[in-house]
Amino acid sequence: MIRYRTLLFGPIVDSNPITLQILGICSALAVTTSVATALTMGASLTIVLMISNGIISLVRNHLPASVRLIVQITIVASLVIVLDQLLNAYAYEISQRLSIFVGLIVTNCLVLGRIETFAMRNPPWPSMVDGLGNGLGYSAVLLVVGSVREFFGAGSFLGVKIFVFQPLSVLLLAPSAFFILGFLVWFIRKIKPAQVERNEFHASVPTREGGM
Amino acid sequence: MSEILFKAVVSENLALSFFLGICTFLAISKRLYTAIGVGLAVIAIQTVTVPANYLLYTYVLRPGALGWAGLTGTDLSFLRLIAFIGVIAASVQILEMVFERYVPGLHRALGIFLPLLTVNCAILGGSLFMAERNYGFAESVAYGFGTGLGWAVAIAALAAIRERLNYSDIPDGLQGLGMAFIVSGLMSVGFSALVKM
Repeated sequence: MIRYRTLLFGPIVDSNPITLQILGICSALAVTTSVATALTMGASLTIVLMISNGIISLVRNHLPASVRLIVQITIVASLVIVLDQLLNAYAYEISQRLSIFVGLIVTNCLVLGRIETFAMRNPPWPSMVDGLGNGLGYSAVLLVVGSVREFFGAGSFLGVKIFVFQPLSVLLLAPSAFFILGFLVWFIRKIKPAQVERNEFHASVPTREGGM
Repeated sequence: MSEILFKAVVSENLALSFFLGICTFLAISKRLYTAIGVGLAVIAIQTVTVPANYLLYTYVLRPGALGWAGLTGTDLSFLRLIAFIGVIAASVQILEMVFERYVPGLHRALGIFLPLLTVNCAILGGSLFMAERNYGFAESVAYGFGTGLGWAVAIAALAAIRERLNYSDIPDGLQGLGMAFIVSGLMSVGFSALVKM
């Protein structure tokens, strides 16, 4: 039971796919201009990751190493196509706002990364729990970044206006997504110093070279 | 035409304004040499796959595209994700073999990152944007080359900046990933400033 708990809750802060494993960042930045798109994207990715982890784990012993990448991509792509069609049918407006980013779940390195590192080596149940956990960790970051950008950038939350003064619309532009995620990484590493990266170039003696 | 090229390189830079291929962008930008190698590979693949996918989309997949074969009213556009990924995987494989045969040095330097370009979202994203915006053939060549070039310029610049950053005094928590995000953000400001003029 304890193992399942770490599988499920570990990726939310301790080994978060975005801020620690550097996986799946592309879509995390692009779809976070509002809470609604961030939530839809988070839910879509969680579903795809959970099901594909389960399926790949079921067939893992029958996959020849040389073609496994193609088989994995085909399975993920089929799931994404189904999901894309469902979103088009039942949530047309939001799927237009997500544009090509639902399709890009196919090449989301989070999905393939978890399949390669976890589902290929573990039985189906733990794999699905791992998929769910990582999906939730991904959604949590999306939700935080999306809330900050929508709340301060447009003065609303889930489309409901709650801000009275002039919102900072610069937060809706591309660069601020980078800044917010950068500061989020800083914040998490402040709380969990174990995640801090070491500088590869530690000069033992400070030297002064060239004429600065 | 030149407008599409300029937009693809600067104002709609795939890495800095659409956040595509950011995983590779952050992972391989620690050394300038490998960054330039990956950049060149992305230019080559993008210039080949976007037009190839254009042909596939126009003559096989899009609604009514099979008219030349006597089949009207077909709509295979739901297959475009799988079809595009197939073309990309095949091109990457071919490019890898060409590199291995003719430039073995670069092939060794790129290592695992060359096959991983198959799952780089900048490349699939380029093809999907091409399909979504209904570009013509010549435009898709320009768009493919432009997006590849823009991505390569961005990763080379980021790698050069990060090499210099090794000598600066950064707060512990920002070391590495955090700082890479903030530098990319500043670069993104710079690139979008060129547009609004």
